[in-house]
Amino acid sequence: MEINFVLNGRPVSAAVRPDTLLIDLVREKGCLSVKRGCETSNCGLCTVLLDGAPVLSCSVLAARADGHRVDTLEGLQEEARPFAEFIAGQGAEQCGFCNPGFVMNTIALLRENPDPTDDDIRAFLAGNLCRCSGYEGQLRGIRAFLNSRKGGEGRG
Amino acid sequence: MLTIKNYARPETVDEALGLLRAKKSNVALGGMLWLKLQDKNVDTAVDLSGLGLDAIEETPEGWRIGAMVTLRQLETHKGLAAFTGGALAESVKHIVGVQLRNLATIGGSVFGRFGFSDPLTLLLALDAKVELAEAGRMSLEDFAGSGIRKDILTHIFLPGGKVEAAYLSQRNCATDLPVLTCAVARREGKVACAVGARPARAARFDDEEGLLAGGVSEESAAAFAEDVTRRAVFGSNTRGSAEYREAVCRALVRRAALKLEEK
Repeated sequence: MEINFVLNGRPVSAAVRPDTLLIDLVREKGCLSVKRGCETSNCGLCTVLLDGAPVLSCSVLAARADGHRVDTLEGLQEEARPFAEFIAGQGAEQCGFCNPGFVMNTIALLRENPDPTDDDIRAFLAGNLCRCSGYEGQLRGIRAFLNSRKGGEGRG
Repeated sequence: MLTIKNYARPETVDEALGLLRAKKSNVALGGMLWLKLQDKNVDTAVDLSGLGLDAIEETPEGWRIGAMVTLRQLETHKGLAAFTGGALAESVKHIVGVQLRNLATIGGSVFGRFGFSDPLTLLLALDAKVELAEAGRMSLEDFAGSGIRKDILTHIFLPGGKVEAAYLSQRNCATDLPVLTCAVARREGKVACAVGARPARAARFDDEEGLLAGGVSEESAAAFAEDVTRRAVFGSNTRGSAEYREAVCRALVRRAALKLEEK
């Protein structure tokens, strides 16, 4: 079947099988920031934005993207860079495999809630698993970014 | 692994029902799917996302919730938060993560009648009704106990009026499936409790003895918790033993009842 959607701002046509998952389609289109992790809706590595909402691309059919907009980190690098540098500055990325999923979900968080509390951040990012860290580095990085944006102390 | 031969996105409920019933191996597709956790060959997946069932409406009778409303919509809806005193958001916010809750629908959770369903537990305590394309309207309690499979859930109704509700769950770790779920609701002085993830699907236990009729105190909450725990049937699975669930039930029902007074 043929589907048409907007991937990172560009109109795209694709021939997909009825059971093709969105993760397989966007990776086939070169969006390799979308990582293959658990594939059972648990880890958050495959997070993309579907019409602006963060979703697990391993758990939705590519056909569902027909007529919709899909964004991956490849298309959101400018939006991600300011806070991603703060996360890196905290040493939160060890192997880095979970990082694109964390960054995508943080983009969604900050769009919805530009001034989250630490509890808001923990709750919103609860679906992003990291096997290396204890999550405190990511939290410190986002907090440092938010503080710096307010003109307070922050270290990238 | 789940394989799908054909995909259809109908625009009317009648069309969707016709497609669903056309073949035994046709299935309805809600918000998301676990493709790699299933072993099934589907002829046609009938995607319900084009039916306009994604609205939450307040009506003179109460609340009308489309089956394709996502768990995240329920979590963030201000009107439902006020109506349930935050219990509805509490019942979904521990489910995996925001990304899953943006996909998973209330219809999928209810129609699946999963033992681990958090919202099914709360909706039972809230006297919810369901509407199906073929079977029509019935209480959620009747639907949960029915064997209805080849039908399409279109809406869930919550009767209006004043209701106080509390929801609690026990998990071995954050974002995991629950070991036990518990909801207590009070409407016009009558208290209902639902307990799920026993690990069987949620069941409702009304305060038949009137243990809370005179108000909720430490003593009456403990007596009600004991009564519910005695009537409920528990089982064991990898998340917990029947004995553990029984102990957790006693604690959660008592705490949830006490929460009614806080509201």
